[in-house]
Amino acid sequence: MFKGKKIIAIGERDGVPGPVIAECLEGAGYEVVFQATECFV
Amino acid sequence: MEDGSKPVRIGIEGVSYSLAHVPDLVRYGSKPLRELRANPALGEKLANHLRDFNSAIAYAPHQVYIGNIPPEKLHELPWPWYEKLIEGATAAGRFGSLVDQNRFYTLLAGADQFALVSFEERWFHDRATKASPRRAPRLRSLAEIQALCAKGALPLHSGAQLVGVFEAGHAEDASLAAEVLLENLAAKVTASHALRSALDQVGLDSGEIDYVISCSEEAVGDRYNRGGGNLAKAIAEDVGCGNASGCDVKAFCAGPMYAMVQGASLIQAGVAEKVAVVAGGSLAKLGMKFESHLKNNMPVLEDVLGSFAVILSSATPNQPCMRLDSAAFHPVRAGAAPQAMAEYLAEKPLARMGMKLTDVDRYAVELHNPEITVPSGSGDVPRTNYLTLAALAVMRGLIEKKEMADFVRARGMLGYAPTQGHIPSAIVYLGHALDALRSSAIRNALFIAKGSLFLGRMTQLSDGCSFLLDRNDC
Amino acid sequence: MNFENQGVIKRLADQYGPENLTVVLGNGEANGVEVFAETVTEGDPSYAGPLASVALKIPVYHVLEEEVMSQVPESLREEKLQLSLLVIEVEPIHQVLQTSREKI
Repeated sequence: MFKGKKIIAIGERDGVPGPVIAECLEGAGYEVVFQATECFV
Repeated sequence: MEDGSKPVRIGIEGVSYSLAHVPDLVRYGSKPLRELRANPALGEKLANHLRDFNSAIAYAPHQVYIGNIPPEKLHELPWPWYEKLIEGATAAGRFGSLVDQNRFYTLLAGADQFALVSFEERWFHDRATKASPRRAPRLRSLAEIQALCAKGALPLHSGAQLVGVFEAGHAEDASLAAEVLLENLAAKVTASHALRSALDQVGLDSGEIDYVISCSEEAVGDRYNRGGGNLAKAIAEDVGCGNASGCDVKAFCAGPMYAMVQGASLIQAGVAEKVAVVAGGSLAKLGMKFESHLKNNMPVLEDVLGSFAVILSSATPNQPCMRLDSAAFHPVRAGAAPQAMAEYLAEKPLARMGMKLTDVDRYAVELHNPEITVPSGSGDVPRTNYLTLAALAVMRGLIEKKEMADFVRARGMLGYAPTQGHIPSAIVYLGHALDALRSSAIRNALFIAKGSLFLGRMTQLSDGCSFLLDRNDC
Repeated sequence: MNFENQGVIKRLADQYGPENLTVVLGNGEANGVEVFAETVTEGDPSYAGPLASVALKIPVYHVLEEEVMSQVPESLREEKLQLSLLVIEVEPIHQVLQTSREKI
C-alpha cells in the first residue's frame, strides 16, 4: 500500500475536490504535500 | 437570512439568449491561441474542423438554447448531435437567436468607440450587414491592414480571407492589449445584442430600464485597475438605456446567479424598478477543448459566444418569479465536499421554505453540453451534479438508491449550453423554465450555480449560489 | 492534467523522490482517471506538459477506492466521502488504477 508516503491530492470540483481529499488523508495520518482541484469547464 | 417566512417574489418579465457564431475567432480562444503559437501547423487542421453557420444553426443544443426545442426533447434526439442536424432549424428562436460572424463583426465595429477594430473597405461594403447608425466603422485598405498585422495587431479573418484587424488600446499596457480588448468588446457586443432582443421580446423601451448589472467574465480596466469593471454601463449605453446606470457582479461562473439575486434585491428594496441582468460571451473559452474534438474527428464545437439578458421587475399576478427569500449561498466554513454544497445550496434553502429535495419539479445545474466535454475526459457535468442531488435525497431517505436514475431523468435534463463558463451555470435554463412555469408543466425550479474560485489563486474555496423559481399564483 | 499541476508534481518528485510519493485523485469518471494516472506514471500522454516523456512511476489511487477509504476515519468518511460513493462509479476507476499500479 502507501503507508509512510507523502500525498499529492488532485481533486475535481464536481467529483471529490482537492481540499476534501487532503482533509481525509490528513485524518488518516498522512502528510499531504500538495493539493489542487481541477475544473474542466 | 431568516428562517421560513413569507414568500418574497420578484417578477421575471423575460429572458433572451444569443449565440454569436465566430469560427474565425476560435484561434483567439485561450487554449487555441497558446497551442497554435507553439505549433503553427495545427492552424490548418483547426481550420478544416470549423463549422459553417448553417451547421451551427441546425445543431440541436443550439436550438434548445434559443428556445426552439425543449431540453426534454434532447433525450429523443439521435447522437451525435453534430452529425444529426435538425432539419428546418432557424437562426431565430422563441427566446433568442444565432448571429453569424459577419453580423458579429458589424456589431464589433458599431460598439467600438476607440478605433480599435477596422475592416477592409470593400469586404465590409459587400459582406457585412448594415453598419450601426450610431458609429461608422473604421475602414482601411488591405495593405494598411496587413501592415498593422505585421506590427502585431490581431488579424480578423472570414474563412481564409483577411478582412480586418484589431489593434491594442495602448502600446505598453498589457491590460489594453489587442487580445484583451477583443475579449472585452466581444463580451460587450454580445451582451448588448441579447439585451436589445430581450427588450424587443417583452415590449419595453430601452428608456424604461433603470439599472443594468453585467455578470460577464472579462476584466475591463487598465494597468492601474485591471478589473475596474462596469461593463454594464457600456452595455447600457450601447443599447440606449439612457436612464440606467449599473455595475458589474463578478463571481466566476456563479456570477449570473449572484447578479440575479442582487438585481432582485434592488427591486425589493425600492432602489430600482426595472433591472436588466446581462452577460456577454467569453471569447477566452472558444475552442477550449478543440484538441479532443480534432482527435475524435469532430467539428470544433466551441465556436459560439453565448450571451443572455433578463428583465426583472416587481411581481405581477400569475407571473413566473424569483423567490428572493430562497436565495442561498455557500458560506466559507461549509467546505468543498459535494455533500456540503448540496446541503447549503439545495437542502437548507428548501427546508426554510418547508420543502424537501423531492418537492422540486426541476433542477437547473451546470448544464454543459456533454458532447463537448465527454471526448476530452471532462465527463458529463450536469449528470454528475444531478446524481449528487439524488444521492443526498437517498441519504435523507427521501428516495431509494435504485430510484436515483428516475430522479435525474424526471427532475434534470441533458446539458446543452456551450462551455462559456457562466452561461451554462443554471441561468441557461431560465427561458425554458419560464415557459414551463407559465404552462404549469412545473410548479417550481431550483437553479444552482457553482464557481471555481480556486482558479484565481486567491482562495482554495469553491462557491455557489442558488434560488427557486415559482409562479406568483394569486 | 493541467500543466501547472504537472509542474508542481515534477518539482515535488525532485524534492522528495518519486518513490516517497503517492497521488490520490478525486476525478468523477474513469476516463479522466486513466489520463491522470498515465501522466504521473509514464508521462503526459499529450506530450505537451512538463511531464511529457517524464516517467515518474508514482503510484496512483482514487480517494474512493477501498484501499484509501479503509484508512480514513469513519466520521470523515461519512461527512465528506459517503455521498460521492453514490455518485461516482468506483469499480471502473479501481480497474484502471489497479492496472496502472501493477505496471509500475
